[in-house]
Amino acid sequence: MSLQWMAWTMPTAIFFGTIAGLLILFTILAIRFPETPRRGVLTIETTRGDRLFITLLGSAFINAGWLALSGQPQWWALGICALYAYAVFRWV
Amino acid sequence: MDKIENNKAWFLVLPVLLLVAFSAVIPLMTVVNYSVQDTFGNNVFFWEGLGWFKEVLTSSRVHGALGRQLAFSAIILAIQIPLGIAIALCMPKRGFWASVCLVLMSLPLLIPWNVVGTIWQILGRTDIGLLGYTLDQLGISWNYARNPVHAWIIVVVMDVWHWTSLVALLAYAGLQSIPQAYYQAAKIDQASRWKVFRYIELPKMQGVLLIAILLRFMDSFMIYTEPFVVTGGGPGSATSFLSIDLVKMALGQFDLGPAAAFSIMYFLIILLVSWVFYTVMTNIDKAEGK
Repeated sequence: MSLQWMAWTMPTAIFFGTIAGLLILFTILAIRFPETPRRGVLTIETTRGDRLFITLLGSAFINAGWLALSGQPQWWALGICALYAYAVFRWV
Repeated sequence: MDKIENNKAWFLVLPVLLLVAFSAVIPLMTVVNYSVQDTFGNNVFFWEGLGWFKEVLTSSRVHGALGRQLAFSAIILAIQIPLGIAIALCMPKRGFWASVCLVLMSLPLLIPWNVVGTIWQILGRTDIGLLGYTLDQLGISWNYARNPVHAWIIVVVMDVWHWTSLVALLAYAGLQSIPQAYYQAAKIDQASRWKVFRYIELPKMQGVLLIAILLRFMDSFMIYTEPFVVTGGGPGSATSFLSIDLVKMALGQFDLGPAAAFSIMYFLIILLVSWVFYTVMTNIDKAEGK
């Protein structure tokens, strides 16, 4: 099957590969280590999957904000996202 | 923990997953691929990186469309939700007239969007439209094709006409589910009409009202057909909401790259808002379930 119609590039392939990998990883984690939802600073019940979703969605907005406002290399935004991800998994 | 989790049930979801993959996920991935490239057609692409995203995020045109879109959604929510509740409160609770009201209320919901647009497009015209002609005869120089304020008025009124019944029907369903005992208790306590509304009806309608707000927000945030038929996004770009602007960019100018970047930002906003609504709704359900 030709994938040309989807106009794939290596960076977007890596991007989707990472997300797919994360989803598979979290599925395996959910099966191997079942968990009960917990309440954090947002006072909503979250599971690991919810926290992953909050992390990914928030990271998208952090990257967009960085691109629009800072003018610095985009890699730095990834660093902020890593800190944000840590905070979400620790406290949310 | 006597409940046994059986994850094999997930296999039953597989057909739906495949369908969604072909109808939503793969097209969305293609949009992401487009957003980092430039094309002049013929399936030939050039790497562009994050350029389009930067362009879209700092474009005054997109900011304008987003501002108009948020204003439009805020205005129609501010009108439709209170109006819908008020109509639901006035509707008869049972009997012949209740059915008549329900049928009349659901009529606007059954009309296709482009037909609604055409109805209001004609209604607002000063030469053959009832509304436009009447306003003209009253001495008001009405012209929604030239005056941005008039264009906004007709688009907002059209949306209120089209969708307030949805809010009213949802609120009505919420009201019907309140047991009579609550009203009797309120009567014994000699509660005023306002207090009955504030402490019985409104809390009991909370769930359906949230659904109504979510549905109306999403629908108005993605509105395309009706303003496109009535004003075509004009005059100038006065009623160019996000979808109209996006289609102009993608199909009118064939700027696939910027349009793809624009779509992704649009999608992210909708995803965020939906998630917030979903979280609030499920938390209310859980709080009530306690």
